Amino acid sequence: MSLPQILFLVVGVITLGAAVAVVTSRNVLHSAFLLALTFFGVAVLYVLLDTPYLAAAQVLVYIGAISVLIIFAIMLSRKVAAPHLVQRNSQWLLSLIVAVLLFGVLAYLTLQAAWPAAKQALGVDAIGGLGEAFVGTYALPFEVVSVVLLVALVGAIIIARER
Amino acid sequence: MVPLSWFLILGAALFCIGVYGVLSRRNAIGILMGVELILNAVNINLIAFWRYRTPDQLTGLVFAVFVMAIAAAEAAVGLALIIAIYRTRNTVIVEDVDLLKM
Repeated sequence: MSLPQILFLVVGVITLGAAVAVVTSRNVLHSAFLLALTFFGVAVLYVLLDTPYLAAAQVLVYIGAISVLIIFAIMLSRKVAAPHLVQRNSQWLLSLIVAVLLFGVLAYLTLQAAWPAAKQALGVDAIGGLGEAFVGTYALPFEVVSVVLLVALVGAIIIARER
Repeated sequence: MVPLSWFLILGAALFCIGVYGVLSRRNAIGILMGVELILNAVNINLIAFWRYRTPDQLTGLVFAVFVMAIAAAEAAVGLALIIAIYRTRNTVIVEDVDLLKM
């Protein structure tokens, strides 16, 4: 077994373990911190897939912004997020069955298909190409996404503002 | 070399964990965390397919960056809604927010 495979297995186990703890923890604040760990594991997976730029973006956007935002929201609704409250609803067993069945189907289909075993060599400079794609081929979608983000953030401020 | 199927299995597992979180949580913030897990799983699949199948085109990478931007917008609006609901209804338990159910 090669070094990337060992690294993948270690990071994968940590990521999935943290993700399971995120959805099962009774304390929502613990969930939020473990969610940051999950995001970090996914960032390491991006490095394994030769996209260090996306790994950096993952750390900045998900850990730096979204995790902190979630922790803020938990702190602001502290009273009802207390650890002694039951955090799962009455349909959790059904949800578990659905999730396990879905994973079974997806894993079966993945293992049935014949995937190319090895990576091809990177034909393009991924970071430079990404930058050029954003101002060339994908200029319009890029601008639309930036407007969507701006509108969403302005909308979030207006919705959450004290009246 | 890590086989592509390993990444796909991990993505599927993360997706299903997220689905369980969305379906089983009572806390709206917990549901949002499940949605974030789902979006991360999708991104792993996108990047893995891009790297193994079409590394000479940038479509997969660009798509993943867009998913990230939309996830940030979704988290901002979602958490703002949760805070607004907490302020008016004093709860973040989704079962208690049933204004539209007469």
